[in-house]
Amino acid sequence: MCLAMPVLVLELTGGDQAIVALGDVRKEVSLALVEDVQPGDYVILHAGYALQKLDRDEADRTLALFAALAQMEAT
Amino acid sequence: MKYIDEFRGEGPARGLAAAIAREADPAREYRIMEFCGGHTHAISRYGIADLLPASVRLIHGPGCPVCVLPMGRVDSAIELALEHRVMLLAYGDCLRVPASNGLSLMKARARGADVRMVYSTQDALRFARENPGREVVFFAIGFETTTPATAVAVLQAEREGLANFSVFCNHVLTPPAIAHIVGSPAQAPEVAIDGFIGPAHVSTVIGSLPYERFARDHGKPVVIAGFEPLDVMLAIRMLVAQLNDGRSEIENEFTRAVTPEGNLKAQRLVAQVFELRDSFEWRGLGVLPASALQLNQRYRAFDAELRFRLAPRAVPDNKACECGAILRGRKRPSHCRLFATVCTPENPMGSCMVSSEGACAAHYTYGRFRDAA
Amino acid sequence: MSRSRKDWPRPLDFRDGRVDMTHGSGGRAMAQLIEELFLEAFDNQYLRSLNDQACLAVPPGRLAMATDAHVVSPLFFPGGDIGSLSVHGTINDVAMAGARPLYLSAAFVLEEGFPLADLRRIVQSMALAARQARVPIVTGDTKVVESGKGDGVFITTTGIGVIPEGVEISGDRARPGDRILVSGTLGKHGVAVMACREGLEFASHIRSDTAALHGLVAAMIDVAPGIHVLRDPTRGGLATTLNEIARASGVGMMIEEVRLPVSGEVAAACEFLGLDPLYVANEGKLACICAPRDAERVLAAMRAHSLGAKAALIGEVTEDPNCFVQMKTTLGGRRMVDWLSGEQLPRIC
Repeated sequence: MCLAMPVLVLELTGGDQAIVALGDVRKEVSLALVEDVQPGDYVILHAGYALQKLDRDEADRTLALFAALAQMEAT
Repeated sequence: MKYIDEFRGEGPARGLAAAIAREADPAREYRIMEFCGGHTHAISRYGIADLLPASVRLIHGPGCPVCVLPMGRVDSAIELALEHRVMLLAYGDCLRVPASNGLSLMKARARGADVRMVYSTQDALRFARENPGREVVFFAIGFETTTPATAVAVLQAEREGLANFSVFCNHVLTPPAIAHIVGSPAQAPEVAIDGFIGPAHVSTVIGSLPYERFARDHGKPVVIAGFEPLDVMLAIRMLVAQLNDGRSEIENEFTRAVTPEGNLKAQRLVAQVFELRDSFEWRGLGVLPASALQLNQRYRAFDAELRFRLAPRAVPDNKACECGAILRGRKRPSHCRLFATVCTPENPMGSCMVSSEGACAAHYTYGRFRDAA
Repeated sequence: MSRSRKDWPRPLDFRDGRVDMTHGSGGRAMAQLIEELFLEAFDNQYLRSLNDQACLAVPPGRLAMATDAHVVSPLFFPGGDIGSLSVHGTINDVAMAGARPLYLSAAFVLEEGFPLADLRRIVQSMALAARQARVPIVTGDTKVVESGKGDGVFITTTGIGVIPEGVEISGDRARPGDRILVSGTLGKHGVAVMACREGLEFASHIRSDTAALHGLVAAMIDVAPGIHVLRDPTRGGLATTLNEIARASGVGMMIEEVRLPVSGEVAAACEFLGLDPLYVANEGKLACICAPRDAERVLAAMRAHSLGAKAALIGEVTEDPNCFVQMKTTLGGRRMVDWLSGEQLPRIC
């Protein structure tokens, strides 16, 4: 039951709800399972709930690793 | 899509493929099981097997809660809808799971059952609120990723006094399933799996610590991987490295979403509402102890099994079904007599074919051209 | 010459009125419905004669005929409705033979209680679609069923068209080496309808792509009368269409995921819903299979047309006794693009 995706928090709408965006698609979801989430954060969304905040530093670190690998292969 | 597209790039994929090809020893086999159905789907859908050397063999595990849901449980859900005339709410994945007598929830709907699809337990609560005169039952399935959503719904239902709301609980747990596959520490060397790609989103909730024992006691390395194909390939590279070094550790590739302790708030909410069942049947694996959840004493009132006095139903699978062996990595889908002959996604005979992430369904839908070649 | 209004004691109440059983009984109520609604909207010489049939002049040549029942729910969705869909859908089926559509018929099965306001909206939408396509609705029928026995309205349209000389387009004509083209971005209709139907609160701007394609087809045939296959990928999406053609022609196919045109919005919506755009319905797109030497010309003709601006060459036909449709993924691996298994449901798994 794994399908989850990183979405951008656009605004908090009260009562533990928030509007998030994936590309151009917007949806209202629940923040009942997370804490301290602010507009501008990315969260992992699953079945209508945010499960965790995305750690952007870690994401960048992983992406840098991928970029290095792509670079190595290209040369 | 940010944080998605960048994890699907072709350049890094080729780089990773080359790195794995360089680092994998052609003289040995690396038998790697990805536990999670979502990973099975990603591997099949992107054709990742084509990017790996022949020495790396991917085995698809039982981490698909729809697949391991016993037919008897779906029969009970259908009973709730057809006989008890409840409004039965379920995630889309459940609607076509075949049950006994050629029925499914979808087919029951054709017979007049009020079965509706929801995306979120919040939708389920809304239906309960809007239909105070009806019994509204949420068919809860899923691993630890999905259980917290059900916990939130039960707590909210209690707060709001939604007496017409109840949950038919089929939540299952990941570590006991992995434990069942690796067997006892003494059996470990005979198990046909060298290492595990750990689930992405389950781990978001439970953290990486629960997997420690598989590395420590069974000598099987686990690398938790994110959901995207590059995540999976990087995790495979990390496993190959561990196996080359003779290490067995828990490593985390999905650092952007997984921490050692996981989501404590979600875990607390789950602990508030649920307790362990003594045992639970997993289709394809048998009855496993301490592997599933039920509503605890305090929330019994919301338990649909009790409210509607559902009798347990055991429905055996076809004798020729090889799901048990396939789920443990001992056989491949094409080794099963029923595969692609009698057993197809339209007519699944066992758990591995039931949802698009089961090993057999994924192979049938995305990969059976390889058998023909 | 219009009938005198004094035959009807009161005009139809299009604001609050509803369909009732008398509207299908063949009596005055039905006649009034036909005049004040259908005739008013579709208005042409054939309908005005109020016969049970239309007598038509048909140019010489072979005829293509197609019929389609439309049961879409919801009836109204972003970008269209059951009315425009029923006109475009049948025009397109006729056009996929390379034929120039000439005439349409429309049969309505109405449910007792259906609001006349909604019916008028649908009929006006059909009239507009037919006028814009220059294909008149020349005859029709109306029936009413009891409340609960219908889904508001079902519409069946039938169309005929004439096939130009020398054009032989058929699903069994794909040959190994042929190129596979699509006229634009995939998945818009299905996502628009699903978002509406499931009450998904997507504040995205996805609209159905429903459109009449006969002008695009004419432009393509003009530069390449020898096109082998044309088909519009409706239910089941492009994947289903390609599998149908592969099986009919006894060939395989290899397409490249990186070449598939999918808009960012549809990609995001499909991601959200757990859908694969290859299996999502389109209502204003076509797939074309042609000989390699025609591909560049056909692609250029498509791109020059307003309905083909995002046309793309996505793959080629192969020798394959298994008739598999395969795809090279964006990562460089390979997967099958199999027949759709059952109805595509959003997954969360």
